[in-house]
Amino acid sequence: MSTATRSNPWGRLALYLVLGLFCIYYLTPLYVMLINSFKPLGEITSGGMVALPQDWTSEPWQKAWSEAQVGVEATGLRPYFINSFLMVIPAVAITTILGALNGYVLTKWSFRGSTLIFGFILFGCFIPFQVVLIPMARTLGLLGLAGSVPGLVFVHVVYGISFSTLYFRNYYTSFPTELVRAAQIDGAGFFTIFWRIMLPSSGPIAVVCVIWLFTNIWNDFLFGASFSDFDSQPMTVALNNLVQSSTGVKEYNVHFAGAIIAALPTLLVYVVAGRFFVRGLMSGSVKG
Amino acid sequence: MPSSLHNPGKSIRGGVQDFLPRLVLSPTIALTLVFTYGFILFTTYLSFSNSGMLPSYDLVGWANYTRLFKLRAWSIATTNLLIFGVLYIGICAVLGLLLAILLDQRIRAEGFIRTVYLYPMALSFIVTGVAWKWILDPGIGLEAVMHDWGFTSFQFRWIKDRDMAIYTIVIAAVWQTSGFVMATFLAGLRGIDREMLHAAEVDGASTFALYRRIVIPQLRPAFLSAFVVLAHMAIKSYDLVIALTNGGPGISTEMPATFMYSYTFTRNQMGVGAASAEIMLLTIVAIIVPYLWSELRGNKQ
Repeated sequence: MSTATRSNPWGRLALYLVLGLFCIYYLTPLYVMLINSFKPLGEITSGGMVALPQDWTSEPWQKAWSEAQVGVEATGLRPYFINSFLMVIPAVAITTILGALNGYVLTKWSFRGSTLIFGFILFGCFIPFQVVLIPMARTLGLLGLAGSVPGLVFVHVVYGISFSTLYFRNYYTSFPTELVRAAQIDGAGFFTIFWRIMLPSSGPIAVVCVIWLFTNIWNDFLFGASFSDFDSQPMTVALNNLVQSSTGVKEYNVHFAGAIIAALPTLLVYVVAGRFFVRGLMSGSVKG
Repeated sequence: MPSSLHNPGKSIRGGVQDFLPRLVLSPTIALTLVFTYGFILFTTYLSFSNSGMLPSYDLVGWANYTRLFKLRAWSIATTNLLIFGVLYIGICAVLGLLLAILLDQRIRAEGFIRTVYLYPMALSFIVTGVAWKWILDPGIGLEAVMHDWGFTSFQFRWIKDRDMAIYTIVIAAVWQTSGFVMATFLAGLRGIDREMLHAAEVDGASTFALYRRIVIPQLRPAFLSAFVVLAHMAIKSYDLVIALTNGGPGISTEMPATFMYSYTFTRNQMGVGAASAEIMLLTIVAIIVPYLWSELRGNKQ
């Protein structure tokens, strides 16, 4: 279908030009954040937002990381960055393991009604979280988890399981059941089969699932804003507080440095394992 | 595990083995039952109660819903959702389709370009909001830059304008997700029957006709799934509004999700907040259920 455009060199040129312009469009905000995070404030306020810094400085980064006033004290974003990691690592690990086990049961040990149960779990992927905010706030209070990082881990696990179950279930569906049956006849039990046969071949889907969960939980704002206290806020909430705070001069350069710090972990994952990220994105959203 | 020598042991293990799968699945079932279904029921109950700052169990019938639909803030929120949803989905679809078709022309460095188009999807909406908030800010952003370049009459202050601010949310949201729509369409394009295209090409069909008659109709499933995802994101959009405009100026960029949050947690009208959450849920169900239904039926055929 591309012969018409391929035979015409001017058409090709125009094509690359348009694609290049769109690259600029997508990269501009990142460029703006990056260059302005290395400028003194004065260079930004004088209308030079797209110009390169005349006076390169790393001070905005230092300020964003360890000095800016975010909560009660001027701690910078560092404690919140750590909070996000403390939240995201256990949440991703628990959710992925549960999803793998669920997917294994739902495909290789299916029983009467297990398809129905899958549909029942899957519904959790679609609900708007506003509909669970009020009871969750009460429940976390009752469990003594309100305003804490473990509370956030709990919430993310609860609402992440439906996705991890979906991923593993769809992946294991195409895994040969005969292998499982053969192992069973050889006397291997439920967990032995999972451990020795299923898990070793789950690499790709585990990567997809981990990346998808990591990106989503790291980027979450709603749960973080609803269920955390000053000292348990995740990075996204802290960044928003930093930018929205109305006291004093607006330090745009510090805001941009902070935004890049908040974006860095997920961007890094995307650059290193973009292929898996896209796969997760497509199957997480497309498959029903 | 060695195979057991005597039968009784084996039969006992068989029993445990029958029981184990259900046991392993049970925590998830319990969590889903309580935290998804139970919580939805609880919120539904609250939406019919006179809950204020705290949940209350006194039922008041449909009062919260009638009140909700009389509130100016809610009608602004739903109108905004409509404007935002239509533009966001429409622009993303057109842009995504265009980029996918352009990228499907045996482009060199396709992988690199795809990576560039899709990276905003890895960012938090808060980061996107911060970036666009200052880019669109007349004091330091686009307007200031144009003035600095000598175009002193250039004006772009939508973000400060009650009537136009909602469109700035469209701008930022399209920037973030159009790459994802592109990827969906590109995957669809790669699945198209090349034989048929070749035959049509031999018959002398123009490139335009080829796309209009053969390619685009075959992208229907890709379009449908992109539509469902985008509609879902539009209804739930919260972070981006908070970071970009915080609902302002005034309440001009209020959306259902921000409305629900502020009525429930800052204005202490939990009953109304719960009612608005129910409306959001019903809207999503109205979109998702027919979609899933048609998907599942399609799989059976």
